[in-house]
Amino acid sequence: MFGVEFEKRVDAIVGRYPEPKAALLPVLWELQRANGWISPPCAEWAAARLGVSPAHVHGAVTFYTMYKQRPTGRHHIQVCTTLSCMLRGSDELLEHLRRKLGIHEGQVTADGRFSLQRVECLGSCGTAPMFQLNDDYHENLTLSAVDALLDRLP
Amino acid sequence: MEKILTRNIHKERSVSIDVYEAGGGYQALRKAVRSLTPDEVTDQVKKSGLRGRGGAGFPCGLKWSFMPKEKKKPHYLLCNADESEPGTFKDRLLMELDPHLVLEGCLASAYAIRADACYVYIRGEFVHAAGVLDRAVAEAYAKGYAGSNVLGSGWSCELVVHRGAGAYICGEETALMTSLEGERGYPRVKPPFPAQRGVWGCPTTINNVETLACVPSILERGPEWFAAIGPNERNSGPKLYCLSGHVKRPGVYEAAMGLPLGELIYDLGGGMLHADRPLKACIPGGSSVPVLAAAECDVALDFDSLVKAGSALGSAGIMVMDSSTCMVKALLRIAHFYAHESCGQCTPCREGTGWLERVLERIEGGSGRLEDIDLLKSVADNIEGNTICALGDAAAWPVQSFVKKFRDEFVAHVQAGKCTVLSHA
Repeated sequence: MFGVEFEKRVDAIVGRYPEPKAALLPVLWELQRANGWISPPCAEWAAARLGVSPAHVHGAVTFYTMYKQRPTGRHHIQVCTTLSCMLRGSDELLEHLRRKLGIHEGQVTADGRFSLQRVECLGSCGTAPMFQLNDDYHENLTLSAVDALLDRLP
Repeated sequence: MEKILTRNIHKERSVSIDVYEAGGGYQALRKAVRSLTPDEVTDQVKKSGLRGRGGAGFPCGLKWSFMPKEKKKPHYLLCNADESEPGTFKDRLLMELDPHLVLEGCLASAYAIRADACYVYIRGEFVHAAGVLDRAVAEAYAKGYAGSNVLGSGWSCELVVHRGAGAYICGEETALMTSLEGERGYPRVKPPFPAQRGVWGCPTTINNVETLACVPSILERGPEWFAAIGPNERNSGPKLYCLSGHVKRPGVYEAAMGLPLGELIYDLGGGMLHADRPLKACIPGGSSVPVLAAAECDVALDFDSLVKAGSALGSAGIMVMDSSTCMVKALLRIAHFYAHESCGQCTPCREGTGWLERVLERIEGGSGRLEDIDLLKSVADNIEGNTICALGDAAAWPVQSFVKKFRDEFVAHVQAGKCTVLSHA
């Protein structure tokens, strides 16, 4: 799956642990990076490679919130709304994003560009409010900064 | 106070090993593996008074001394970089800006417990920090600080960065081990303690990032020097304080253990965000610890002073709330967090955290009943102490303390059917 280079990377990851099962989280990360989300064939591949049942993989994918069980938008926005961010205006930020994108949490825009998620504390409380856009943190956000950022994305 | 933990973060290219070495980096590891025995390293850390910076404040050297002296199986050190306690963002700063300080702390500590490998378990969201650490690990291997025969000492230690994938519970030490094994992150019953039977059934020690980052300076400058920082030897050393909420300058501040809370808010933090909105309440140790009302905030930020004040230093996540804050809504947000993050193993926590959230939603939304306020306390009391891990207690303490200290506001919210705090009215 996903070619020789991919399998080599997985072999290297598995080699860092005393038993293959321990590589489950990093291997799922590799699969998600290659495929965009953990599809059933991805989960089955991980199960076979690591010697665990497909049910075990499914258990992990549904337990850890960062594994995507369906495709998200090209730009996946995760807004922190836990206490420190709430105190600094995350509710207004989230409402602004809902209106701007025309979607609610858990949804993807019709053109597939954006998806929106409300998440728990991202460990960026000193630079609240903030969101994570794909891998990157965007901190000390104002509504106009959000507009400027999103409007220049492809 | 002289900066110890944050001494490098403002340097150009602070993440590179050359800059770290030029500032005296990796000398502590060199000293440890070449001229000290593992037990001597442990003794120095014991004498320094270093207590865990992750939340529980357990004496670090004592924890290490629980590891077997005779090796029958591999030993493991786990660096807990799953920083997820709401209000806490200090470990991220160290990892992103001074990764080699963290890694030197890991390696020197791994030597003390005779570890064969150290896994740095970092929360999945910290993609950037994980990348910085990965590059730093490669540099450390290339220089012979990690891998086989570290600095020619005959001791070998692998160093691996392991990314979590979104689960607060994995910061709990036994859940972290379960997760590292490739399972769902379910906490385990103790005993057996990790030093007896930890990850993969082997003796294991788990320490927080900041705790490990203290170790190099203890070895360089001596335990007496470290113990003399702060109010007493039970509360010693430099400390990173995470300031957030309604203050002018939120951020991570390094100061001696025992920094007065007022100094953090009004001096380092620049004071309250709005001049006309005074301090109403403060959570001093991450969202899990009991809240302090403004009148209780004349307190020193150290382990013992905060326990005496009825709260805890926890992870030193100091969340400041001003007079515009609706305490019902603030507590609802905290309750939502624990309901979302409960792993679901123990019935009191799984059912209780959701129940607390639903009752608080009812009150906040204006359909609350006066008896709901006592119901909150009753549910919280029945979660506390009745679960495998401390997440249950962490869910109960905010509820108990908010309801006790701000009861009038809860009553007014129920009676009015809406928030009665001035700016929200």
